[in-house]
Amino acid sequence: MSASAVHSLWTMAADPIEKIDAPKIEYGQLAPTLIVIGAAILGILIEALVPRRSRYHAQVFLSVVALAAAFAAVVALAAGGHATTKAGIVAMGAIAVDGPALFLQGTILLAGLLGVFTFAERRLDPVAHGNRVDSFAAQAASVPGSEGEKAAVRAGFTTTEVFPLLLFAVGGMLIFPAANDLLTLFIALEVFSLPLYLLCALARRKRLVSQEAAVKYFLLGAFASAFTLFGIALLYGYAGSVSYATIAQVVDGTVQNVTPALAETMGNDALLLVGTAMLVMGLLFKVGAVPFHMWTPDVYQGAPTPVTGFMAAATKVAAFGALLRVLYVVLPGLRWDWRPVMWAVAIVTMLGGAIVAITQTDIKRLLAYSSIAHAGFILAGVIAASPDGISSVLFYLAAYSFVTIGAFAVVTLVRDAGGEATHLSKWAGLGRRSPLVAAVFAVFLLAFAGIPLTSGFAGKFAVFKAAAEGGAGAIVVIGVISSAIAAFFYIRVIVLMFFSEPRPEGPTVAVPSPLTMTAIAVGVAVTVVLGVAPQYFLDLASQAGVFVR
Amino acid sequence: MENLIALLVAAPLLGAAVLLCGGRRLDAVGHWIGTVLAAASFVIGALLFADMLGKDAEAREIGQHLFSWIPVGDFQADIAFQLDQLSMTFVLLITGVGTLIHVYSIGYMEHDERRRRFFGYLNLFLAAMLLLVLADNYLLLYVGWEGVGLASYLLIGFWQHKPSAATAAKKAFLVNRVGDMGLSIAIMLMFTTFGTFAFGPVLGRVGETGEGTLTAIALMLLLAACGKSAQVPLQSWLGDAMEGPTPVSALIHAATMVTAGVYLIVRSADIFNAAPNAQLVVTVVGAVTLLFGAIVGCAKDDIKKALAGSTMSQIGYMVLAAGLGPIGYVFAIMHLVTHGFFKAGLFLGAGSVMHGMNDEVDMRKYGGLRKYMPVTFVTFGLGYLAIIGFPGLSGFFSKDKIIEAAFAKGGAEGWIVGGAALLGAALTAYYMTRVMLMTFFGEERWRHRATASPDQPDVEPAAEHQGAHAEPHPHESPKSMTIPMIVLAFGSVFAGAFFGIGDRFVHWLEPVTGHEHGHPPVSALTVTLSTVVVLLLGAGLAYLHYGRRPVPVVAPRGSLLTRAARRDLLQDDFNHVVLVRGGEHLTRSLVYVDHTLVDGVVNGTAASVGGLSGRLRRLQNGYARSYAVSMFGGAAVLIAATLLMRAV
Repeated sequence: MSASAVHSLWTMAADPIEKIDAPKIEYGQLAPTLIVIGAAILGILIEALVPRRSRYHAQVFLSVVALAAAFAAVVALAAGGHATTKAGIVAMGAIAVDGPALFLQGTILLAGLLGVFTFAERRLDPVAHGNRVDSFAAQAASVPGSEGEKAAVRAGFTTTEVFPLLLFAVGGMLIFPAANDLLTLFIALEVFSLPLYLLCALARRKRLVSQEAAVKYFLLGAFASAFTLFGIALLYGYAGSVSYATIAQVVDGTVQNVTPALAETMGNDALLLVGTAMLVMGLLFKVGAVPFHMWTPDVYQGAPTPVTGFMAAATKVAAFGALLRVLYVVLPGLRWDWRPVMWAVAIVTMLGGAIVAITQTDIKRLLAYSSIAHAGFILAGVIAASPDGISSVLFYLAAYSFVTIGAFAVVTLVRDAGGEATHLSKWAGLGRRSPLVAAVFAVFLLAFAGIPLTSGFAGKFAVFKAAAEGGAGAIVVIGVISSAIAAFFYIRVIVLMFFSEPRPEGPTVAVPSPLTMTAIAVGVAVTVVLGVAPQYFLDLASQAGVFVR
Repeated sequence: MENLIALLVAAPLLGAAVLLCGGRRLDAVGHWIGTVLAAASFVIGALLFADMLGKDAEAREIGQHLFSWIPVGDFQADIAFQLDQLSMTFVLLITGVGTLIHVYSIGYMEHDERRRRFFGYLNLFLAAMLLLVLADNYLLLYVGWEGVGLASYLLIGFWQHKPSAATAAKKAFLVNRVGDMGLSIAIMLMFTTFGTFAFGPVLGRVGETGEGTLTAIALMLLLAACGKSAQVPLQSWLGDAMEGPTPVSALIHAATMVTAGVYLIVRSADIFNAAPNAQLVVTVVGAVTLLFGAIVGCAKDDIKKALAGSTMSQIGYMVLAAGLGPIGYVFAIMHLVTHGFFKAGLFLGAGSVMHGMNDEVDMRKYGGLRKYMPVTFVTFGLGYLAIIGFPGLSGFFSKDKIIEAAFAKGGAEGWIVGGAALLGAALTAYYMTRVMLMTFFGEERWRHRATASPDQPDVEPAAEHQGAHAEPHPHESPKSMTIPMIVLAFGSVFAGAFFGIGDRFVHWLEPVTGHEHGHPPVSALTVTLSTVVVLLLGAGLAYLHYGRRPVPVVAPRGSLLTRAARRDLLQDDFNHVVLVRGGEHLTRSLVYVDHTLVDGVVNGTAASVGGLSGRLRRLQNGYARSYAVSMFGGAAVLIAATLLMRAV
């Protein structure tokens, strides 16, 4: 930004000094986000004011109520027509309340709710010193293996801060796909990323791996954020505005009043293209697309499994929501430039995720690569650049998030002396010992593989159909090939569970509390219902599939 | 009257349902239920026949539409019947002979504890066969076609405790599948060509289609006919099918089911008329089979297998006639009907002989039986005279017409086909005289059974209900068995004259099949005379071989041809070498290709994907700096590509 431009900004802001309107905030339409963020702040206060023994219950109660209330608010907004006829841009142009935003917010809130259930699980780990413990470190600040840590464990401490952290993350995720200008987008990105970095570091067992994962995630996330921010700056330079609508108008050449101070840089296509690439790159990092995926396996493996499940589901929903809005609202005029590039990204993502997953031996890493492959499949729907593309992506995200949370919740159940038994060899013969758990996991794997009568099939069919109709036949072919490759490792786990002899020193399946059971049951139910009778939800997604501009 | 048509099928179908579902409660009355329902079907047939005779020749066709079976868009399949003179001929033959054989079976199967089931299967057969000839479209005909195949399978294997019977049933089923494939392909071709498979539209619109398509359809129909009617090359199952109880051989494998192929060809006359090449193939198949069956019949010592060879040969005559076109159709059907009478009679006679001889089937262990079974001897003898075409009896009228028509085909073709038919007549006289002499004349070889060599591969250690190794006490069969034989003997004697004199049968069937008078290059009288001459030659030769000389109990080694003929002219060896072993080789090579090529590609792909996976995995080295480099590189490529897109 040149000095004159800055000057111009100042003078422009200074000119109409006599009359500053108070910002108009539509609290009603922003209610879901405000409830969640408010509850998160309350959660911090609980940590400060409520005695340690009561904190866990207070936090769980607060989180569940807040997320449920926020979801109710989303439903009320949608029922009130804010998803369709009354869709609009609120908060002085910062936030859009429209169909995709509400649909994705609802999905994120449900994923968050199931996430809280798995976070609150305290029956899986053996009782330590008379205290029930969850998956999180007794005291995050204590050095792993130190006396301080042992003392904290003895005292029965638990890190109840995970609940407000989760609420903050959810709050950021709610804003992310609804953000209607680039600054809001960036702030939302940071609001949900930072709590996730922290959550990743909080594993009770294998703390060093967990902390390493968190550091890597943080470093690479910061790196990606830098790119994003640079991209935003370039786009501002191009359009003279961070507002989605204005940038779109400049791209289309239909802008009304050109800011004189920016006239020399405005419309510079190099700024536009480089800025777009960098902004999109930041979003692709969050969805875990190749080649920005390398954090995914390490972080998924190192993070506490409930966090992995929540993060894998909700982050993907939020990030794809933001990506959709950027591509469809800001850059539709640039479609012919971004589509070929995204084609390539989708192809390498699908193939890369599926191929590397074949040789994985750790169930969490396996699911991480699977999530990369799924990011590729969803990108195929994004590329369609059509209303069907939007709705198919929305449907896929909803289906995928429930499968993911359910699958990671099952992973928390299979344990041996060292905690979760995530090495695949230990899952051999699980179907003989615990047929129900193995069968439930098989349902999730089949859904990941996209076998008919599961939500995975309906979702995959929807995105591939949209892609094919959008003229991306090659993507569909490669997508199907990748699905075939991916089916190999999903089915291999099923074969391992059901057709191998159990190992004598194999893991046991812990009996969870009703919380995790609910999470798994909801996951299975949604997977089957969306697989058997997807039409209602497809219709819902297609009604919600229109962005407000 | 139309509404009675469905009852024709329904009566035996009801019988089958009741008998097969009724359980042991019905054991005592099961055979009566089956027989009465078969007779009921015959009575309905007779009523319809009387009604038909009361109408003008051109207005005799009636139909009944029961319901729409499979209405899917353009695909319309109806359950609908059509009764014209051709169908009526079959209805009377099927129900008439069928009822007689039901009566005969009451006696024949008296000691079989599964008699109720046997009658259930017989009724099922009647229902299916009637459906076959009454259907007004090819699809429903196909249902009947498969139904008779099923009934045939069940009845050949009725004595399933005998491995040979079970194997024979399986063989019949498998060989028939080949033919059925032909019928189903023909029906599909019809549907794609004409958009329908009802007789009327298909046959009426033959002219709209090219000869190529029609030849294809006709050849597929011929394949079906070959399977069902045991024509070369699908003839191998009929000899083994004699493992079934003898009434089954008489009804299904002589009189009715095996003639379904002839019905199919005659019914599809319009298609064949428009496809002369296919017609030629039909003629050749018929001529080859008639000689093939006759040669096999000359060498067999098993009385039923000798008769089976004869059946094959006689159906060869019918197929030959059907291949001649309009000059032959009527005579094909006429021979079919007379053959139905005398061949059923012969089989029942053979069954009667077996009944009195402890189920012995080897004619070398018969001899001089005329004294012990006079009724069987006389009825069998009349059937014998009928089949060899003794002047005045049934076979004379029908076979003579076919030979005439064969010569009338004209040209070298006519001479070859006619010559084959004439040769067949001589062979028929030879093998039937042989059967007659070995069974009813000569010394009583069964008395020396104890000294007989045990080396008899063809002979079953039979005897269901009598001592297996006791010396037989030949005796006449009960009335329930002799009366049907007597009735059929009447048919064997008079049917031909009734049909043939004054061209009565030609006038009856002409409206359906059309008829042209053939003009043989020699006069009809010459043909008749030469037929009689070759007949006397054949019979005389047989007398020299088997009447003048004693018949050895153990079969002599025989000439090469005899040995080949005993083995059904090496049909099974041929099938084994060419089809079974060929199939095995094909399978093995396909498996090889599958293993090396298909699996190779698949496994190779899998292995290379796996290898790629292992290599790519190494990129994931755990260092955040490497990851950052990857991201940076990715971003650079992304930016470059975006810029490049604009530049292009």
